Amino acid sequence: MWVRGVEVKKKCEGISCCLLLLGAVHGSSMRKQVGGLQLAAGDRFIFVLTFCLLFSQENHIHDKLVSLSLLQKDFVPFLLNFLREQTSQILTNGPPTPAKTPNSKAHGSQRTGSERRASLGSFLATPEALPVRRGRRKGSSSVGASGRQVARDLGRSLAEEEDGKSDSGSWSGGRRKRSEVPLVPARSPPSQLNLNNLEEFPPMGAASGWTNKSKPSRRINPTPVSAERPLSKPKTCFTSTPVSRSPAARWSAGSSLEAFTAAQEGNLSSVISNSLQEEREMLKKERYSLSRGVILNSLVLWFHHLVTCANPAKVSCKKQLECLAQLYSSCITENLVPNIFLELFFVLQLLTSKGTSTAEDGDSDPEISEINRDVTERQHFESVHNCVYFAVRVLDYQYEIISHLEKGMLKLLAENERIASFSPTLHKRLRQAYESSTAKVSLLLPCSVQSVSFQPETDNRSNFPSDRAFHIFKKQRDIFYELLREWEDNHEKTGWDFERVLGSKIRAMMAHLSATCNHSHFARLFQKQLIQMCKGPVSGGASWGDTPDQDVLNMLGSDNLSRLKRLQERFVVPQSIRGPCPPPSFPGCQQFFRDFILSAGSYQFNQHLMDSLCLKILELNGLTLVEHEHSDGEADMEEQDEKKRFTVALLSLRLLAKFLGFLVFLPYRTAEQPTRDLQDSALVLRNQTLPVLDILKLLRQSIRDQRSVLTIPWIVEYLSLVDHIAPFLDYYRKVFGLLLLMVLSEEKEMSFLNKLLILAVLGWLFQVPSVPEELFFTTDDRQERFMMDTVTSAQALVDDCFCVFSCTGELRKLLASFVAGSGGKNGGFIRKITPTAAESLAPKASVTQRKLQVDLEQAFFHNQPPSLRRTVEFVAERVGSNCVKHIKATLVAELVQRAEVMLQDKVKEEDVNHDKLLEEVCTHLYEEGAQALIKGRELPSEFSLTAVLWLIVNLLSFVILPVKVLSSAENIAVELATERACGWLSANIAALIKREVKATFNRMLKVPGFPLPGEDAPELRRDCTPGCQHCAPFPSQIINEIKDVLCVAVGPREEGEVVDYVWLEGLLGRLSQTLRCRKVKDIKKATKSPFESLWAVLIPVNLLICLASQLHVKNNPTSGLLKLLFSIWKEDFGTSVPVQLIFSKKNMGYLAEAKQQEWDLFLFLLHGLIEHELMRTSEIQSCLHSLEELPWPSVSN
Amino acid sequence: SIFSQEYQKQIKRTHAKHHTAEAIETYYQRYLNGVMKNAVAPVLLDLANEVDFAPSLMARIVLERFLQEKEQTIPSKTLINSMLRDPSQIPDGVLANQVYQCTVNDCCYGPLVDCIKHAIGHEHEVLLREMLLEKNLSFIAEDQLRAKGYDKTPDFILEVPVAVEGHIIHWIESKASFGDESSHQAYLQDQFWSYWNRFGPGLVIYWYGFIEELDCHRERGILLKDCFPTDIVTLRHSMAQR
Repeated sequence: MWVRGVEVKKKCEGISCCLLLLGAVHGSSMRKQVGGLQLAAGDRFIFVLTFCLLFSQENHIHDKLVSLSLLQKDFVPFLLNFLREQTSQILTNGPPTPAKTPNSKAHGSQRTGSERRASLGSFLATPEALPVRRGRRKGSSSVGASGRQVARDLGRSLAEEEDGKSDSGSWSGGRRKRSEVPLVPARSPPSQLNLNNLEEFPPMGAASGWTNKSKPSRRINPTPVSAERPLSKPKTCFTSTPVSRSPAARWSAGSSLEAFTAAQEGNLSSVISNSLQEEREMLKKERYSLSRGVILNSLVLWFHHLVTCANPAKVSCKKQLECLAQLYSSCITENLVPNIFLELFFVLQLLTSKGTSTAEDGDSDPEISEINRDVTERQHFESVHNCVYFAVRVLDYQYEIISHLEKGMLKLLAENERIASFSPTLHKRLRQAYESSTAKVSLLLPCSVQSVSFQPETDNRSNFPSDRAFHIFKKQRDIFYELLREWEDNHEKTGWDFERVLGSKIRAMMAHLSATCNHSHFARLFQKQLIQMCKGPVSGGASWGDTPDQDVLNMLGSDNLSRLKRLQERFVVPQSIRGPCPPPSFPGCQQFFRDFILSAGSYQFNQHLMDSLCLKILELNGLTLVEHEHSDGEADMEEQDEKKRFTVALLSLRLLAKFLGFLVFLPYRTAEQPTRDLQDSALVLRNQTLPVLDILKLLRQSIRDQRSVLTIPWIVEYLSLVDHIAPFLDYYRKVFGLLLLMVLSEEKEMSFLNKLLILAVLGWLFQVPSVPEELFFTTDDRQERFMMDTVTSAQALVDDCFCVFSCTGELRKLLASFVAGSGGKNGGFIRKITPTAAESLAPKASVTQRKLQVDLEQAFFHNQPPSLRRTVEFVAERVGSNCVKHIKATLVAELVQRAEVMLQDKVKEEDVNHDKLLEEVCTHLYEEGAQALIKGRELPSEFSLTAVLWLIVNLLSFVILPVKVLSSAENIAVELATERACGWLSANIAALIKREVKATFNRMLKVPGFPLPGEDAPELRRDCTPGCQHCAPFPSQIINEIKDVLCVAVGPREEGEVVDYVWLEGLLGRLSQTLRCRKVKDIKKATKSPFESLWAVLIPVNLLICLASQLHVKNNPTSGLLKLLFSIWKEDFGTSVPVQLIFSKKNMGYLAEAKQQEWDLFLFLLHGLIEHELMRTSEIQSCLHSLEELPWPSVSN
Repeated sequence: SIFSQEYQKQIKRTHAKHHTAEAIETYYQRYLNGVMKNAVAPVLLDLANEVDFAPSLMARIVLERFLQEKEQTIPSKTLINSMLRDPSQIPDGVLANQVYQCTVNDCCYGPLVDCIKHAIGHEHEVLLREMLLEKNLSFIAEDQLRAKGYDKTPDFILEVPVAVEGHIIHWIESKASFGDESSHQAYLQDQFWSYWNRFGPGLVIYWYGFIEELDCHRERGILLKDCFPTDIVTLRHSMAQR
């Protein structure tokens, strides 16, 4: 598009002129210059055009606008800056909206990274963030430190920056220290300013020399500069103060008395620059007063009421505002702005502005014709009324985008009274959009399981080179989680330092990993855990924060105290708004992973991790995007699934890509913007190497295959972490160029929402600090243009909700806070959580139950191979749509048949309006259509999926799953299918019936029946042996008893302690019982050698000893006991009993002391042993022989 | 169980004291003197009781000393263990009897007690298994897990997780002991967290009770109970079908 336009060189002056006419502040001085300039033809054209635009009746400027090549480059930045500047004093709610809009080629020089120009507008917006790029963390670049330490420091500094949870979210960092330092030390005092000197006081955009080499940060200053300072005495006074005509004065007056007087001394009416320093002053005050904010809250709220009303009748310069709104909207529509959502945020800021100015109120009667004198000096946005008017106009023009916002957003917009009073039509349209909207911020449930499951296929011994490696990894896994737990517990505590506490542990771990080459295993674990913990929508690059809905959901999910507490904290702690374009950060759990990488500082680990990330990214990026026709019913259902899958994949991709980008660019990260020379030499060096992941190729592929909607978002995440040099590398230049083409492409075929998503993420990327801003506004004619013909019309995969969740969190907060009636005070917005929880208290039990079920389902898949989940989802999907098909084929078909009859009758009866008739009949059928739902609920369970699942899972993964698992999987599949079917049916049954009836009515077609497949469930398995009573005493009891017997038998005995026959007999009986019981068998099966050998050794021998010591026992009973023992040995012991131990010297020693009677018993024993085949005769003989060889005392018997 | 654990703690504390070279020598000499006087008297047992040390451990000390003197080398642990288990292997008959007396009369140590402990542990595992079967919960037992190459194995992994008192559990570990602080910490470190790291949250049953304050990791995913839980929620539809 930009090539179509007029070729113009050196046009910036011309543009400046145009904007001057728009009412730029320094108009009078500039006009002279305009007169003195030699304008090229093109410049004149624009000049005239803009002129016309503003002051003619022409409404359709659009076509002309877009035909100008230079608009994109120069005009747009000017326009944006102009708007920012104009409104800067009125926007006190929330952070100033940054505009990354350089004044390109302001002085005709080739701009590079070292010669950045800043727009005045952005200075005003972020006064404290100015000297950001310079001299930050001098220590970190000191040469003395070891390489690793430096790297870690650098990374750490990154970390620290965004760790500043309370007051800064900026990547560019360093300004916490800096903010106290005077910003512009070399600046001349305001009174000396020569307004006619362009060099010293550039109009907007072009800053003079002092900004040289310092890149202005477009980052947002999270400390809002608010006029409603509680410190100043009477709040109402300055609404009537005449001085307040000057925005600077008004501003500072609110903040501090000194600043106020200072402002009075200066040239109040025109010197905006004044406010720079005052603002700084104010900032200090602001910070200071932040701490007292709480006390003063009530005052502030009271004050707040005075300023919130905006009146459409009081709008001045309507004409100009209308023109501006058109111009501005056209830029948005044509993708000429770097970031749509940034602009949207800005517009919403205007809409919700709470400017204190009422001074203009009396100043009515806009004199449109007086261009030469008044208009240029006029502040178009001086009053709230004007701002709101402009905002509402723009919103009206941008209705298409707005209408796709998430439902909650739409609600807030629809309920906004300002919109209602300024534009009833827009209000009405918004209401409609709200009612029909289904877009909700997707609520991916936070996973209840937090560890990575052990999967034998990848984790068991066979995957490791040695036992040692295996065991060491076992330990590493445990250590890793220990660290994670420690981090979870402590990282929010003050004074807890990741590196200090965990650093050495992590490095010790790395050393172990290196020693055993386990890095790849660990990298996989790390990556999986990363996805596991951070895959929720909260994890992306932009901080879209969690929505109230999620809070409510979490709260309902459990009634535990900590969550309530957290919620409570949210009520109390004001939430800071970071603006719509936060720099890349690692929120939440991602912080752990980033810090881990930094602390580990392990080259090997990083390399393996990159490998792992690349692989996973490629895998996810290869997700098949199926194209659906929009016509049919089931296709619609499948499309929903497709969207869900897409969303999940996209979220994971973005997460992984962010970490990959982090790792890839980590070595090159510098604290400060390198000088031109350094950059050049670095470019020479680094142009030679190829990137780890060929994103250029992937990007081209995706464009060719029309998959850019999946690929671009993650590539953006990857690129958002570039170092300062990388964007200038040939390779990345190409990538950025290609991305830029995507922004500017006029492809209308592409689905609107897809496009919106791409624009949103790209818009964000171009706001990232390390991405040079001229990338957006410079067009390189050498760009490859190959793909502009091969259209990027992917399917409408992006859900309303998905697109929206990624960008509107901040917008919503802004609006919500407006509604809540608490403005941007004290550094943020009191977060309002809609009390939905109260409503759902009644069905709470069931909600809890449901959540538990959902959790259980998630948990079920956790330890199963991943293929199972995929299969279940697949099967559920198929079954779900089959059910719908089935219902269509049966129930609906039947209804349609009946409808046919009815219709036929009625058509014969009277010649009524066909449409009306159709409507009647359908309404009649709808009630019956509800049956379809019931049917839909029952139907899926009629399909028995076990066999199907079994087959598929086994085929897919070669894993044989237990029956129970399969049946659960089946149930989940059925449940899912039912859910799908019912969900779809309840939403669409009416439409379906109507469509079918209509079709029948028109064509009288019949739908053939649909057969129901059915299968038998396999029988249950239960390993219970028959005849087992389970009433035998436990083995432990038996051994205990034996021990007791032995204690008595072996002595020392107390008086009268004997082991009697009954005791022994009972014991043996119970022993037998126990040994026969299945439980013991289980135990014996389950245990290993020590237990078995104990049983085997102890029991027989010890029993014998018992017997031997029973000196007083009569002959018969003892032999009876022996018989019992034989049978136990023989029958009940599963294993062979080492009876030969009986013949040990020690045991025989007992016998040696015995009497004749016992010797008989011994003989009986020997016989018994042989008889029961416990020992062979030869064995006994050899035992006896060896006994003979032992030294025996001479026994006289 | 509590007594036994406390006793063990006390023994652990004094263990070093009894293992000094002098102490060993004293005990051995006293044993020798004792059996010289009366070979059938429970010399070792009395000695152990006198110095307040576990008889089995006393027997082990003396046996080690005895073998060292006899073989002139430090005897292997396995040999000692097998002799303690079956004293008839001890070359000296008198010592064999003495040792036997000690092991049999020891309430907390020794092969018999180990055997009992083992048995109790397994009994509870079996009990648990039966309860699981009764509840129709499918599981994989430890030995199956080992066979599959798992590096850390709880007693049971539930193939289909359930929720106990609102907490999802994937595995159950049975502990036939009282959960006191020190043992629980050790178990957490060696076992429970490792299980969590691999299989997610789980349940530990201390059949003989536990100190209530220890049940502080519920949110994290380690649940303590002293009996088989009654409040079990399964995946709803699966139960409805049975």
